[in-house]
Amino acid sequence: MSSVMYQRMRVNPKFQELVQKRGRFAWTLAAIVLILFYGFFMFVAFNPALLGQKIAEGSMWPIGYTVEMVLFVFFWLLTLVYVRRANGEFDDLTAEMIKEAQKLGEGK
Amino acid sequence: MIARILSAFAFLGLAGLAHAGPAVDAAAKQATNWHAIIMFLIFVSLTLFITKWAASRTKTTADFYTAGGGITGFQNGLAIAGDYMSAATLLGLTAMAYSQGYDAYIYMLAFFAGWPIILFLMAERLRNLGRFTFSDITSYRLDQGTVRTMAAISSLVVVVFYLIAQMVGAGQLIKLLFGLDYNIAIFIVGILMMIYVAFGGMVATTWVQIIKACLLLAGGTLTLLLAYTQFGFSFTELLTKAEAVHKLGARLMAPGSLLADPITAISLGLGLMFGTAGLPHILMRFFTVGNAKEARKSVLYASGIVGYFFNVIFLMGLCAVLIVGQNPEFFEGGVVGGKLIGGGNMVAMHLAKAVGGNMLLGFLAAVAFATILAVVAGLALAGAAAISHDIYARVIRKGQATEKEEVRVSRFAVIGLGLLAIVLGIAFEKMNIAFMVGLAFGVAAAANFPVLILSMYWKGLTTRGALWGGYGGCISAVLFVLFSKSVWVDVLGNKAALFPYTQPALFAMPIAFILAYIMSKSDSSPRAKAEIEAFEDQYVRAQTGFGASGASH
Repeated sequence: MSSVMYQRMRVNPKFQELVQKRGRFAWTLAAIVLILFYGFFMFVAFNPALLGQKIAEGSMWPIGYTVEMVLFVFFWLLTLVYVRRANGEFDDLTAEMIKEAQKLGEGK
Repeated sequence: MIARILSAFAFLGLAGLAHAGPAVDAAAKQATNWHAIIMFLIFVSLTLFITKWAASRTKTTADFYTAGGGITGFQNGLAIAGDYMSAATLLGLTAMAYSQGYDAYIYMLAFFAGWPIILFLMAERLRNLGRFTFSDITSYRLDQGTVRTMAAISSLVVVVFYLIAQMVGAGQLIKLLFGLDYNIAIFIVGILMMIYVAFGGMVATTWVQIIKACLLLAGGTLTLLLAYTQFGFSFTELLTKAEAVHKLGARLMAPGSLLADPITAISLGLGLMFGTAGLPHILMRFFTVGNAKEARKSVLYASGIVGYFFNVIFLMGLCAVLIVGQNPEFFEGGVVGGKLIGGGNMVAMHLAKAVGGNMLLGFLAAVAFATILAVVAGLALAGAAAISHDIYARVIRKGQATEKEEVRVSRFAVIGLGLLAIVLGIAFEKMNIAFMVGLAFGVAAAANFPVLILSMYWKGLTTRGALWGGYGGCISAVLFVLFSKSVWVDVLGNKAALFPYTQPALFAMPIAFILAYIMSKSDSSPRAKAEIEAFEDQYVRAQTGFGASGASH
């Protein structure tokens, strides 16, 4: 039973659309996090002195701390963006697809 | 029946606590802290009451392992955050911020950055494919017997090392905070953990986590607010004063000695990020919610809470540089800059005392104790699931065990793990256990994570590849840690380390991936062919959630 359903969904163009759109979106966000995170770690590893400097003359805010705090907030905002789109647009598409596959079963 | 046993245990536990206090010798320990003990007793009574309620709702295997999938995304987010923020986070990272400054903040980002990755690449597939343990996913289309055994073994390695680290930390901490004897502390933690998990299963464990996470957030936030008022909530003022008195001076907020060497820094980043994505007790939490929607929300809430709390405790550490570090009351013999009373890990506690008196100190100490209990309970449940669900029900009984039998075995497994934790906790009291959390994360990153991610993403993974990758990653991570300075020199007393780096992930993770790849690619058996074909159906289920186990109530 399941296998038949999976087969029907797989051939539904909406499945390809879902997989491609969501996959691209998830990997783009993941790439942003990985690049920023390991990019930041490269600075920690190879240019630590820079991170210790203040962001501006007379300010007490160090570059590293400020950047990192922005990263904390930014990474969390990315999770918010992903959850909103996945729980809305992508889940709606999934629900439609499952319904269509079930209808196909009733028709026969 | 269960209720009566619980009440008896509750009474014994409380009576034991109340009497243990005055009897201990005060020389090696803090004076008995009554504020803390009373608040802790309130916490224990509340959680035992919840356990009693949870026990009445824990009948099936789904109830026991995943609370019937009936936890909401917000509740689960709190519980995941509770699982992730151990006492080591509260005490260890505050202490690190206090003594090393900015390095602590770098660690925190590494601990945090795993969460978005888990959300983007894993959360929905985990929920759609798994049922009780992450081995459900790795063995989804591969050989049940061998692949499950492998995944269960590496889960247990992670759980046991993490448990030992928590137990030893718990004993030492409770000795300091409550003035209780080390062995008594270990027994209290072990027995309460067994009661929560054996009777209340995932329902009780989740609620213990949720309560503890709220207490921890409240305690940390309150302490920071009280401390920060002394600097008029001005980061500039705090930092100016802190740099003026700290031994690091202007380098307080620059990367320091901990990550001096690039390879260690990158390896640490990898290990913490992907180790998080391979911790069995964290992965298990994805099955306690009803569907992928709630699983995604869990990560959103959990990462928000964890990120917020890291920022709170970092600032706590900086405030402590002035409030604790300049106050002779907190130093042995009253010498500022000497040895802190109770050792380095007491920074957060001293800060609470300085800004909120004995009440706040008692509260934060009780929270720390509650934190340990909640974390060990989560670990014990994950370990028990590996034993009863993976090894007993699926491998030994090949899926023929009844629900009743499986739940009974998992309860015995909890008792067994609890006793093991008590014995090892006592055995390791005097040993340097700093390497154990690193080892747990190392094995999680190098054994659990690679096989799990490949099984979800790579069609070509076969049983042979999974076994080589999983065992290869597990064994190499253990050996790298064994031969590194933290065990080979610091524990075993050899002169020089055989492996020059303290963090195994950068080396052990590629070993796992490469072995899994080569051994899968070169596998031309008929079984491998069938496994590769089975990926198609698994893929549709992973993407759509159709056929995934739903909430049972």
